Amino acid sequence: MNRHRKAVAPWVPYLFVAPFLITFALFTVYPLFQSIVLTTQQTIGPGFERYVGADNFRNILSDPKFWIAVKNTLLFASASVAIQMPLALGLALLMNQPWLRGRSFYRLAVFSPALVGSVFVGIMSAIVFQARTGMLNRSLHALFNFNPDFPWLSTYLMPAMIIATLWMWTGFNMIYFLAALQNVEKELVDSASIDGAGTWQRFLHVTLPAIRPVAGYVTLISLIASLQVFELPYLMLSRLNSGPENRGLTVVMYLYQTGFNVGDLGYASAIGWILALLLIFLSILYRRMSRDERT
Amino acid sequence: MRPFRKASLLLGISQTMTYVLLTLASLVTLAPFYWLAVAAFKNKEDFFAYNFLPPGEGLFGVAWERLSLGNFTRIFTELDFANNILNSVFLASTTAVLSTITAAMGGYALARFEFRGRNLVLAVVLTALVIPAPLLLAPSYQLLYHLNLLDSYAGLLLPAVAPAFGVFLFRQTMLNSVPPSLIESARIDGCGELRTFFTIVLPLVRPMLGAYLMISFLGTWNNFINPQIILQDAEKFPLSVALASLQTAYRSEYGMITAGTLVSIAPVALLFLLLQKEFIRGLTSGAVKE
Repeated sequence: MNRHRKAVAPWVPYLFVAPFLITFALFTVYPLFQSIVLTTQQTIGPGFERYVGADNFRNILSDPKFWIAVKNTLLFASASVAIQMPLALGLALLMNQPWLRGRSFYRLAVFSPALVGSVFVGIMSAIVFQARTGMLNRSLHALFNFNPDFPWLSTYLMPAMIIATLWMWTGFNMIYFLAALQNVEKELVDSASIDGAGTWQRFLHVTLPAIRPVAGYVTLISLIASLQVFELPYLMLSRLNSGPENRGLTVVMYLYQTGFNVGDLGYASAIGWILALLLIFLSILYRRMSRDERT
Repeated sequence: MRPFRKASLLLGISQTMTYVLLTLASLVTLAPFYWLAVAAFKNKEDFFAYNFLPPGEGLFGVAWERLSLGNFTRIFTELDFANNILNSVFLASTTAVLSTITAAMGGYALARFEFRGRNLVLAVVLTALVIPAPLLLAPSYQLLYHLNLLDSYAGLLLPAVAPAFGVFLFRQTMLNSVPPSLIESARIDGCGELRTFFTIVLPLVRPMLGAYLMISFLGTWNNFINPQIILQDAEKFPLSVALASLQTAYRSEYGMITAGTLVSIAPVALLFLLLQKEFIRGLTSGAVKE
């Protein structure tokens, strides 16, 4: 084969990769390095900066507002992922029944909120969770005689955020679980049932191990995404602030406030790096775990 | 006979339960959409008085005559929503087309060529996948300020043309579905490299092309933080930013806010209904091996 190979001009591959590489170098690689430089600076808007050394990190670590943001974000991410994963898997199992009719309708219905970006979900939530006039309290009141003035958007902001996220992403994650379930080899399940394994045992010993890689991946991307939550609380609070006692303050929201309301891009970059290190740590942990599993 | 009957009864119950649960899940998921759609057509009084449709003498016991397009008229006349729609369409489609082309080209180069620096580019692409977007907000803003691109569409479009994720996806797709022998024979037949790419390679990855176009379109349509930071002139706002400022400025105008939200999410819902299959294939292609 090689003898007949027609030589390719050496610049050809570079031609194909150039549009990506040039924009990527300018708008991703350069800002990435600049973000490191910025962590050592204090800025007033984008135009004026001064060197402050490690002060940004020192100040952040003793900044009570930052720790509130961290606490809120961790709570939000862990609670929403912990509820979402079993829910998404359960829905996928129901939808994976071979005799089910109308599967595509159910799938579309449950998936639909993921199409609506978090900005629109945030705005919708700001109305839906409204005390007295919102859909949620009104429906709960009609159905269960629930308190119509239940303060979702002030005192119970965190549960409201978690419910909104569940509404938005459970169906999305369900798609991944469903695809994984459809890839579980039928013979494996069939032979297990011939061997006398019950439904529960089949699920535990055949299905669950087979979808484990996908489950791990979905958990990771959901965690990474929810640790970066911003639009949802920001818009649910109608941009007023971060809610009473900063209940809706998340790490990225604090980054946004310090960087673009206060105008200190240095402080914002330092927050960004703390977040990035946490996310990179999670990714490495995940890779380690999935590698151990494979060997 | 008995155990068989018992088993079929159990099966019947579990089938019914499955339908009940799935119907319930669908209802709960769709209810907010229904509520939103209904609210957009109600007047202020009815919004506060009724949770869903106002009851009356009309068909299905609904006072249809009380519904109107008033809220929609207001967002198009009192506000400049038509302009915001055009801005969103322009930004989302331009970003989708440009980023799909650069991603497909980059993915092709990484999958089907050997060149110096290829492994470096590949390593950089893989590293970029773990960079959280918020980290780049501050330095990108500063960069755009120095390039004098703040408050311009170029400031939004150019950074979007470097999608590491897209390059990665297209590389995987090209490795799976573009046979090197086909490119080789096109070359022997004297077909130019760019022509080979557009007439032979791209048709082979068409499902991915559709999926990525759509993912990219939706991602831009639903993007809020970038236009919110970069744009200042309200005339340039896409729907996401326009709607957020409407929500702040007209706090109790629920009719206008719901109408605006409906207008913002309807086009993407339609697009999705048309291209469902491609979209779901693209979503899962990264995680699940076919």
